[in-house]
Amino acid sequence: MAERRLIWLAFGLIVAVLIFMTWGARGNWGFVLAFRGTKLLALLVVSAAIAVSTVLFQTITANRILTPSIMGFDALFLLFQAGLVFVLGGFGVTQLPSGLRFGMEFALLMGAALLLFGTLIGAARHDIHRLVLTGIIFGVLFRSLTSFIERLIDPNEFAVVQSSSFASFNSFDADLLRYCVPLCVLGIAAAWHYRRELDVIALGRDHAINLGLNHKRAVLIILIIIALLVSVSTALAGPVTFFGLLVASLAHLIVRSHRHALLLPAASLCAGTVLVGGQAITERVLSLSVPLSVAVEFLGGLVFLTLILRGTQR
Amino acid sequence: MSLPVRSATLLAFLALAAASLFVGVIDMAPSQLLRDSEALKLMAVSRLPRTLAVVLTGATLAVAGVIMQLLARNRFVEPTTAGTGQSAALGILLATLYAPGAPLVVKMGFASLTALLGSGIFLLIVRRLPVTQPLLVPLVGLVYGAIIGAGVTFLAYRTDLLQYVSIWLNGEFSGVIAGRYEFLFVSGIAAVIAYLAADRFSILGLGRDASISLGLNFNQMLLLGLVVVSVIIALTVVNIGMIPFVGLVVPNIASRLLGDNLRSSLPFVAASGAGLVLVCDIVGRIVRHPYEIPVGTVFGVVGAVIFLWLLYAKRPSHG
Repeated sequence: MAERRLIWLAFGLIVAVLIFMTWGARGNWGFVLAFRGTKLLALLVVSAAIAVSTVLFQTITANRILTPSIMGFDALFLLFQAGLVFVLGGFGVTQLPSGLRFGMEFALLMGAALLLFGTLIGAARHDIHRLVLTGIIFGVLFRSLTSFIERLIDPNEFAVVQSSSFASFNSFDADLLRYCVPLCVLGIAAAWHYRRELDVIALGRDHAINLGLNHKRAVLIILIIIALLVSVSTALAGPVTFFGLLVASLAHLIVRSHRHALLLPAASLCAGTVLVGGQAITERVLSLSVPLSVAVEFLGGLVFLTLILRGTQR
Repeated sequence: MSLPVRSATLLAFLALAAASLFVGVIDMAPSQLLRDSEALKLMAVSRLPRTLAVVLTGATLAVAGVIMQLLARNRFVEPTTAGTGQSAALGILLATLYAPGAPLVVKMGFASLTALLGSGIFLLIVRRLPVTQPLLVPLVGLVYGAIIGAGVTFLAYRTDLLQYVSIWLNGEFSGVIAGRYEFLFVSGIAAVIAYLAADRFSILGLGRDASISLGLNFNQMLLLGLVVVSVIIALTVVNIGMIPFVGLVVPNIASRLLGDNLRSSLPFVAASGAGLVLVCDIVGRIVRHPYEIPVGTVFGVVGAVIFLWLLYAKRPSHG
């Protein structure tokens, strides 16, 4: 039954892709397909990275309202991006091959995520509201620090810090895309490899240990995968706070199963459909008058609010 | 305990205010004021207004924070993050769009009105939340504020007013000169009104039933509190821009040090609010001299760290 729903989701994504690729296309098809194809690839990578990282994060924290971006992961990534320019100078950073630069940013994020959230998740596991609040405040802290650093560096060097504080789904750095696609595939493949362990982790820490899982090690690996995927999506599109929450909730609603073999693809398909379809609509119908990121944030925020309000009534 | 705390705060505040008068792009020593007429002019046109604006903003934001926390009956709520600030920005944006010719007073009045509506709706939502989960309230407030903020961004993006919005949402004092900050005195008056009614607000914080049985006109005081908060926030947003966390960390520290008797702690709250914002403004002026870092950015860092400490440090069992 749930498998059939997945097929419908895949069908939806294909329709969205077809619309995105062909709607309103005129002139040289070779150019149109190549131009839109790059964008499509970036959109799919971003949506899959956000969806999978969110589902993984919700599993290891055993909570439906947490996402990596609510906990400040992407703000942290932007902070490291600005910090790198501050330390090495704008010229130094442009001299680095973009793969190496991305690698350094990712390594920093991974270290910080393990340090910060590894201890935090352990310490405050039972007080979920305090955990979420902490995450949001961390987000504010990281964003303030980022803009603090941005003010400290030269305006010319500032241009090097490319992802601004606004998310954008319109333009993608093609050079970066070359590194992000394999990394994203790697991250998703790793998540898929651990799908059965994830099912066990979802039962809760005590049950998982009882069933013979090395819980600490598994959570560590999952956190690394999350850090990788968040780095990919933030580097490509910028920070999107509530999108992951939106698609993870949709996926839970549609497949109604706790098996990650279903949840992971469902969330990715949902995310792809929403982003690609939404981008097609913003480009063609609204002629870019409404940024998709703002609309998605608005919807995601509403979902978040209803989730916490409903959670309290149970 | 309370007397040394109070006098130390007052001394620190005065020292900071004096320092703020003599920190800026142009070097100026206090002795120059006596001889140099240019220095006197600089003081009257720029330094003094700026310092006054900082003091007024810091003090009134802290007072607005206390009142908001009493209204929502929650220690972790703050008007700039719980939708009041974003609603005020929405109001001034609408006024700019649909009545661009209206005088500034009218626009500010409209912004206060939308701020009032926004915080009223927030209080209605808060009433439906269970009292057993206190951290849920700030969480809902943050998301509520973010949703209104997304609406503001959306509207501004469509009408090419994003730059205005970023001015309203990021507090900074570099634009303050004589003639461009005087409206802040109105929010100062609002804060004084809050002080005059301090005892009643303390009772209001006990909740609806307790205040009615103590003979308080509950709804009237609720409305007064909302008006005070909305006017302060709206004027700050329009004239200076939002400064997050002031209304959150200052009242919490005050309550830890001095307890919850509002009439005795409110002056302390105002002085430490002003002092903290002064520190951040001075730091913002020094770090990148002769350029400036907006006070909202500096306070975002300082305030977030203090807030995390408040969230995790254990409350002292007494007081």
